[in-house]
Amino acid sequence: MRMTKSLSRTGVRSFWGVVFLIVGLSIGCTKKSSTDAQGGQDQDESGSKLQIGLVLDKGGKDDKSFNTAAWEGTQRAVRELGVKVKDVEAPDDAAFEPAIRTFAERGLPLVISVGFAQADALKKVAPQFPNTKFAIIDAQVDAPNVASLMFAEHEGSYLVGYLAGLASSTKTVGFVGGMETALIRRFLVAYEAGARAANPQVKVLHNFVGINMTAWANPTRGKELALTQIGQGADIIFQAAGASGLGVFDAIADTKNKKVYGIGVDSNQNWIKPGKIMTSMLKRVDVAVFDVIREVASQKFVPGVRSFGLKDKGVDYAVDEHNRKLIEPHQAKLEKLREDIVAGKIQVPDYYLQMKEQPKK
Amino acid sequence: MMDWFIAYVESVMRLAAPLMFAAMGGLISERAGLANIALEGKLLVSAFFAAAVAAWTGSAELGLFAGILSGALSGWIFGASTVWLKADHIVMGTAFNLLVVGVIPTLGKAWFGSSGSTPALGSEARIQAGIGFFVAGVFLVFVLSEALRRTRWGLRVHSAGESPDALLVQGVNPRRVRIGAACVAGALAGAGGVVLSLVQGSGYVRDMAGGRGYLALAAIIFGAWKPFPTLIACLIFAAADSAQMLLQGKSIFDVSVPASLIQTLPFLATLAILALRRARVSAPRAINQAL
Repeated sequence: MRMTKSLSRTGVRSFWGVVFLIVGLSIGCTKKSSTDAQGGQDQDESGSKLQIGLVLDKGGKDDKSFNTAAWEGTQRAVRELGVKVKDVEAPDDAAFEPAIRTFAERGLPLVISVGFAQADALKKVAPQFPNTKFAIIDAQVDAPNVASLMFAEHEGSYLVGYLAGLASSTKTVGFVGGMETALIRRFLVAYEAGARAANPQVKVLHNFVGINMTAWANPTRGKELALTQIGQGADIIFQAAGASGLGVFDAIADTKNKKVYGIGVDSNQNWIKPGKIMTSMLKRVDVAVFDVIREVASQKFVPGVRSFGLKDKGVDYAVDEHNRKLIEPHQAKLEKLREDIVAGKIQVPDYYLQMKEQPKK
Repeated sequence: MMDWFIAYVESVMRLAAPLMFAAMGGLISERAGLANIALEGKLLVSAFFAAAVAAWTGSAELGLFAGILSGALSGWIFGASTVWLKADHIVMGTAFNLLVVGVIPTLGKAWFGSSGSTPALGSEARIQAGIGFFVAGVFLVFVLSEALRRTRWGLRVHSAGESPDALLVQGVNPRRVRIGAACVAGALAGAGGVVLSLVQGSGYVRDMAGGRGYLALAAIIFGAWKPFPTLIACLIFAAADSAQMLLQGKSIFDVSVPASLIQTLPFLATLAILALRRARVSAPRAINQAL
């Protein structure tokens, strides 16, 4: 046993040696880039410029979709209005309330909550800070200091559903949603209706990634669901799944023996897999966020609900050099449909209304 | 119908692959007497480093190597801390998992300016293996099963978990055996992490292991710490998970079942399987014992 004891002493020594080595290495590696990052933060403290708080969800500002759109809106405000932005990504539902409250307590004039999941937290915090302005995306919070930025997702989803129905050669299209919620059902119901309007025989497959917030950041699961749908014959898949949707695009890029296409969401995602993404259903969260920051900057903040839809291009579909060839044959029909929806000639089914109409049991 | 079935089988194989590597890694370390609750953390570490290196170098091979190496290294840290510092395995494993959850976003922020994800990888920096990793995993189970029964290394691992004193009598240091097993375990779990970020995904996304490490642990317990039954357990989990995806949105006897209910299927399967087994009866005797 004596031998093993001395062995263990050298062992302990080498253990600590390696631990210090790793710590040292990682500090060495991080040093350069962290000073870069601090460059921005130092300016934060210096000027008396307007500071905006941004509370993102688990998808994070690099989800290349919903959160990214909000982030870009704030970055435009940084460039054009010279405001400063502080952002935080909440790891779970319970983290929203402390995040919003912390920003408000620091005296930030505007705090923006990105996502319907923050509605309950904001309902509690907003009345406690009457001098702070709040904005929330995708949910309605009734308070004198809150602006609720709502989008007519169903109008855009109907439009891309119609496109999918037109373009599908297998008469099967797919939908991959993130977390199973009323918001994502709103996408699904309208997408399905749009596809059927284009072609009554079309079959619409749908899957949800999950039932809690991790569903927004699970691309391997998104990919698996998309592959399952492709296996069942789907050749066009619309995703509304945050960062999980990137997996849907991976599935589409990896499928070589069939012609399959994706449809992006929220931000313009056509560039992610050029030539493989038919279009992206745009939700101009960036514009809405920028507008509300501008209002606060010029002291013209208006609380209450504001809606964005096809009419004001708050919801739209993306055409750029990556998808022009794919979408051109259908564009005339899509433009006609857009006019009909805006003019009210076509009633797009809205899951939110359907929910209200359902008799309560 | 046939297409549908092939799609299902392929899906099961894809879902099983990362689980199998993690479970085989966990099995080795548990057989050597190291309770390995840190599998989840190892999957995350290796998935992250594989994706980070692949993003920097644009090379899938280097990414694979980095993933396995970082897995082995974290296996070593885990093994060394439990053996030399005599830490409780469960406490240490939990600490490791929590550490990983914090460290990865910190590194992601410093290296990529993100909140813990790596940039999306192009096709050249990813591994296009299809079901290759599943086949490799099955092969691994065969090799491991033989190695544990017949090779000197396998018998030493077995003794380190069952009766470390017997090894001492033979002049073999059970601590070294355990740490060696921890490194091998980490490397295998690392391969599982690589499957997540380079094969199935295109880059690392925060918490992308999504509990697979714990599921692998459940598979080991169901498999009574033996390679083949553990493989079967992995396949059952994957089959339930894949069935869940296919059943979503389908109506059963004209009743449309909510997705949230269907999604509990894999967990129900886990619960049922573990309830049917007499768990812990066949755990290695010296598991979680300090040497």
